Amino acid sequence: MLDRAGDQAASPPGDIDTEARPVSFRGAGFAPKAGRYSGWIALVLVMGLWQLAGSAGWVNPLFLPPPSAIGLAIWKLAMSGALWNHVSASVVRIGAGWILGTVAGVAVGFAIGLSSLARGVGITFISALFPIPKIALLPLLILWLGIGEEPKIATIALGVFFSTAISVYSGVDAVPRNLIRMAQSFGVPFASIVRRVIWPGALPSILAGFRITASVALLLVVSAEMIGAEFGIGAFVLQAGNLMQTDQLLAGVVMLSLFGLAVGKMINLLETRLLHWR
Amino acid sequence: MDLIADHISHRFGALEVLDDVSFTVRAGEVVAIVGPSGCGKSTLLSILGGLLQPSSGRAEWRGAPPPDSRNPLTFVFQDFALLPWCTVAENVEFPLLHAGLSESERRAVVDDALRRTSLSEFRGAYPKQLSGGMRQRVGIARALAVRPAILLMDEPLSALDSQTRELLMEDFVGLLADGAMGAVYVTHNLEEAVRIADRIVVLSRRPGRIREVVAIPLTRSERGDIRAREQLLALQSELWSLIREQAVEAEREVQHA
Repeated sequence: MLDRAGDQAASPPGDIDTEARPVSFRGAGFAPKAGRYSGWIALVLVMGLWQLAGSAGWVNPLFLPPPSAIGLAIWKLAMSGALWNHVSASVVRIGAGWILGTVAGVAVGFAIGLSSLARGVGITFISALFPIPKIALLPLLILWLGIGEEPKIATIALGVFFSTAISVYSGVDAVPRNLIRMAQSFGVPFASIVRRVIWPGALPSILAGFRITASVALLLVVSAEMIGAEFGIGAFVLQAGNLMQTDQLLAGVVMLSLFGLAVGKMINLLETRLLHWR
Repeated sequence: MDLIADHISHRFGALEVLDDVSFTVRAGEVVAIVGPSGCGKSTLLSILGGLLQPSSGRAEWRGAPPPDSRNPLTFVFQDFALLPWCTVAENVEFPLLHAGLSESERRAVVDDALRRTSLSEFRGAYPKQLSGGMRQRVGIARALAVRPAILLMDEPLSALDSQTRELLMEDFVGLLADGAMGAVYVTHNLEEAVRIADRIVVLSRRPGRIREVVAIPLTRSERGDIRAREQLLALQSELWSLIREQAVEAEREVQHA
């Protein structure tokens, strides 16, 4: 039978003359949590203060129009149809450039991740070309592709391509080797290992790359449109600035911010759906 | 089906890991491989299972595997190697997807493997939701699903706590009881080795050479008996005395590295 210690184990120590002191707690902090509403409250406060500064005449509305003026400008642009013209032009360019760059980047990224030859050649080129600000290539692309949509789309595609290729091959490299060995140990064919082990294993990194390439695409579309375009948010913002129409300028900036937010939300949604296992 | 290590030597660059290791695992036999850290136990298992090409010598098999075996040499991994994006049932089904089975046949095999490992009610769970012991059960179910002739087990219990180890060891003993499957069981735990193996291959420190092959003079069903336990303990301490000195040297080497 087991020899049990009974109540003795839980009894206080014998020396009752010495005063017992609580062990002081020292494990607090280093676990920040955002409150549910604090962000919204801060946003409303800042907007309120901004509006007040404009209405009270503390700042010149020419330099910083109040939120109400920006809202009004957006409303007028939407009613006139100009908003749609500019936004749709930018969205088409971003969409086409992003898809082209992403498809090529995923293909090249996988090739670098899976083949020694592609890795040897690909990494050298990517290391050399990735640091070039892609907007610097726009004049060359205009020479090659003519004036029109093509050079703008190609600039975006190039910017997206390099970031995508890097995030894809980093993702492939990060797939735990033990999972690949496991699949090999069961005689699973190469194509199936790529589809069922490497692709899902690399997906977190690929989706994180999408977040970066979406912002790269937005940056490049605005820059390209500022250099030469009739329509597009970048062109609109530049024109508004030239005409000192700061309410319209900021209306364009708000549209860019909303576009960025919408893309971010879409990627969140994709992550929730595709990476639910994490 | 017998599995044969035929004069296997291996080196990683300048580092000699295995030196002329030869032994045979006979059909239905359980052979444990023990030895000090870094003696090449896991390397040897990888070579035996075809995941690593030896520098010289070779791994071969003789005789026919069971006719319904879909992967005669099947690994059970130390870190379970489960696909985190697949459910328990999908993980078990994974090696069957290329076996030319219909969906209903696959389902029947998966159900059977899950039942044998008491996982039926967890079929829809993801690995992150399971305890270490349950994850290794999924690893075992996946191995059973392909009906191996020989299980290649690479420290299958070393990532688990002692209570879970005890429970899973009971499962292993049960699965290997009928002699339909053989196993190569790599471990640093001598208690596990004497509990499960028919023979124990003791490797020397790097480069791993066969130092001794010890046969356990009891059937696995006899080993639960109290008198048998004393005998096994004596055997365990005998094995430890074989390894101890080199284990100390191996530990010092790691610390100096």
